[in-house]
Amino acid sequence: MSMQETVRLNRDLTAQFPDLHPPLGTQAAVVEANRCLNCFDAPCTAACPTHIDVPRFIKKIATGNLKGSALTILDANILGASCSRVCPVGVLCEGACVLHRYNKQPIEIGRLQRYAMDDFYRGEAQVQKRSVSDRKQKVACIGGGPASLSCAAELRQRGYQVTVFERRTAAGGLNAFGVAEYKLRFAESLKEVEMIKGLGVEFQLGVSITGESDLLRLEDEFAAIFVGVGLGTMRTLGIPGEVNAAVIDAVNFIESYKSGKRASINGRVLVVGAGNTGIDAAIASIRLGAAEVTILSRRTDKQMSAFPFEYDHAKQEGVQFRWLIRPVAIKQTADGSNLLECMKTLLTADAKATTIAGTNFPLPFDTLISAIGQAPLLELLHHFRNVELDHGRVVIDQETGRTSNPKIYAGGDCVNGGREVVDAVADGKRAAIAISKALEVSE
Amino acid sequence: VISRADAPDLSLLFAGKIASPNPFWLASAPPSNCGEQVMRAFDAGWGGAVWKTIGAQVANVSSRYSSIDWNGQRMMGLNNIELISDRPLEINLKEIAETKKRYPKHAIVASLMVESTRDAWHTIVRQAEDVGADGLELNFGCPHGMSERGMGSAVGQVPEYAELITGWVKEAARTPVIVKLTPNISDIREVARAAKRGGADALSAINTINSITGIDLDTLVPRPNVGGKSTHGGYCGPAVKPIALSMVQQIQSDPESCLPLSGIGGISDWRDAAEFILLGCSSLQVCTAVMHYGYRIVEDMIDGLKNWMAEKGFSRLEDFRGLSLGNTTEWKHLDLNYKIVARINESKCIGCSLCYIACWDGAHQCIHLDRATEGPRTQSTPAMIEAASRQSIATTPIPKLDNMRSNEESPGTPLARIPRVDEQECVGCNLCNLVCPVDGCITMEEVSTGLPYESWQQRAESGTTNEKSV
Repeated sequence: MSMQETVRLNRDLTAQFPDLHPPLGTQAAVVEANRCLNCFDAPCTAACPTHIDVPRFIKKIATGNLKGSALTILDANILGASCSRVCPVGVLCEGACVLHRYNKQPIEIGRLQRYAMDDFYRGEAQVQKRSVSDRKQKVACIGGGPASLSCAAELRQRGYQVTVFERRTAAGGLNAFGVAEYKLRFAESLKEVEMIKGLGVEFQLGVSITGESDLLRLEDEFAAIFVGVGLGTMRTLGIPGEVNAAVIDAVNFIESYKSGKRASINGRVLVVGAGNTGIDAAIASIRLGAAEVTILSRRTDKQMSAFPFEYDHAKQEGVQFRWLIRPVAIKQTADGSNLLECMKTLLTADAKATTIAGTNFPLPFDTLISAIGQAPLLELLHHFRNVELDHGRVVIDQETGRTSNPKIYAGGDCVNGGREVVDAVADGKRAAIAISKALEVSE
Repeated sequence: VISRADAPDLSLLFAGKIASPNPFWLASAPPSNCGEQVMRAFDAGWGGAVWKTIGAQVANVSSRYSSIDWNGQRMMGLNNIELISDRPLEINLKEIAETKKRYPKHAIVASLMVESTRDAWHTIVRQAEDVGADGLELNFGCPHGMSERGMGSAVGQVPEYAELITGWVKEAARTPVIVKLTPNISDIREVARAAKRGGADALSAINTINSITGIDLDTLVPRPNVGGKSTHGGYCGPAVKPIALSMVQQIQSDPESCLPLSGIGGISDWRDAAEFILLGCSSLQVCTAVMHYGYRIVEDMIDGLKNWMAEKGFSRLEDFRGLSLGNTTEWKHLDLNYKIVARINESKCIGCSLCYIACWDGAHQCIHLDRATEGPRTQSTPAMIEAASRQSIATTPIPKLDNMRSNEESPGTPLARIPRVDEQECVGCNLCNLVCPVDGCITMEEVSTGLPYESWQQRAESGTTNEKSV
């Protein structure tokens, strides 16, 4: 059974994971759209990594030109639908809204964008190519996540022949498998992939690009390569007893419930790491039936890497937080139950956590989810010829996405260490524009 | 309605004879269609009512109104193709009598329209006065339907007819005769003067304006759609207030037109009311606002007007009636040496840059976004500024990656987004002040030119109109 089929069969998710931000109705959307001041050189547009012309698409909602609104969004951001749901708008467009300084009520840009995109995907769901003429040159995009999809769509719209190589049997990357279900459903992510497929982008699914020989073959066949491979596996805790069936990592956990492989989680769940992914995993655990979910962090909420609104959401869902705790070992009791041995920590002046001797204590658990960040995909990145890395991240020229190998471009998490979908989309688009310029010259 | 012992007195005696506890009257329209309605309106606080026009026999169509919505607000302007009262004359007369009997202190004016014969007018005047109407309003303004039959605006657009019929009415009338003027004419004073010559005791203005509010873009039929066809209607509501105020000012500033005036046209709240009175109106007639929200709106009209009067030290309506007429003149008398410039209050600016784009595209290119640049950038066009912004690389601020502190208070407007006015180039047109969404952020301030008052008329008289002003 393919991944899509598995997901389609798993229909209970909608009930368990209702939309965090429900869609706007037509009347509400028009009222909200009319509230937008239509700023010149709007700060929301500048704050958006893909520079969506926000006032323009909002005013088109106000005039009832929904088709124009959707195309305005997609012109800047081909993944406008998923971004409307998953973007941390509070620190992006809505955070920049001038109404914060007016009546403290920023425009609900994310929900308005979703309103326009929902209409688009209910309808013809197809964008026009930018260029009428097809070009012969071929570009490979490695990885089927947001960065590659964006790069592929932009290049295809400009007439190039693009192939996306994805190791899974469905494209979408973290959009499809890594975003909390109450933010973005797998099916919604799939619609975007279908739309991009409709542009004429070729997808080679279930194809792993692993070794040097694969890469040499690609370099040979394609005029340019875009690397959008994201990050590798979750970092391990590095403590004794970690290899245990009750210990899973957050990315795998989220993928397993979204793809339907896991339908429930029981008992006491401990989540190590107070980042956005840790919070996604903790909330999902509650929705999937866990009796008690606790997030552990060796520092405090002041240093937490999760966004404040994610923290608030987790607390509302009933997730507990325990600060200044460091796991040191995983043990099993005689009756087979699991214990996480922890130590208390102390913050130094520069907010580093140090353990306090003699403070060891056990925390019983049924499942432990590690969420302390994904490691770079070094096993692949090392094989690229002449591509400079820095701390496991691909080094690029920011404006063009070009690596130290002039034929290879990169973007997304493998470059930035793990930002948002919209950052990956922006990276992919900038790289596509640069690739297009470079190939035009060589034509 | 809350009333206080020392509250300003809103009562009036219109045209010297029609007593009313306050200046707020229902205009002749659907809200004054029957006795039951008018009595409820009086209970709500309305001082008077001009009864829905009686006289000629009519039939009405179904689908009668259409409106203009603006930015999500309903009924900025209302259009109707309804005719005068379609109820039997005897019923209307009976209900006028009953209402007047139960509300003797309130003003009831009968609005009249009949075919253009002396007998018909004499008859209707007698009928209305016999049932106790305090005054008569001659409907010379209805612009749709009735005008096709030689009534309404067909009379009001021809000064001779208006004068003639006013004269016929005056032959029979014992109560004040108010001529209601149509705005659908080049110069409203022509008919106002004719009415005055015909002996009218008062005027009311304005009636509705010819209008087609819009077209259904699916059926391609204008609104309102009467079985696939439409026709022009009469336009009223907030959208027409400026036109009404201008016509009121024209009438009241013209000695040959000037009579006691009942102001009509988009009056929706006490501020509108005060403005009509400041231009010389005595009573005020309201329709659209009542059709939108009901009779209850009169409470704030009375309350707000009283509070404003008390604040300004006016104890009676006469204390401020017409005060703004003296502040209105012809363009040729305005001071060419008076100069104001726009000033932006930086602490209030929210950074929308609407003043900037308005000035560049709609005014005189003297507002610039160059506070954060080295030296002035008066040649940077909007397109250049937008292009630079689109080229910028923005990323999502991630707490872990960007070492940022969460829960930061949102900072004030960045200096780069606070526009700067080039006061040397500013012509004081007010546009930036008008588009600015923040109260008190952009102020228009007088700067001295050091020159005495000088008008175009003076220049014309001294032959200096070709010289460039300083």
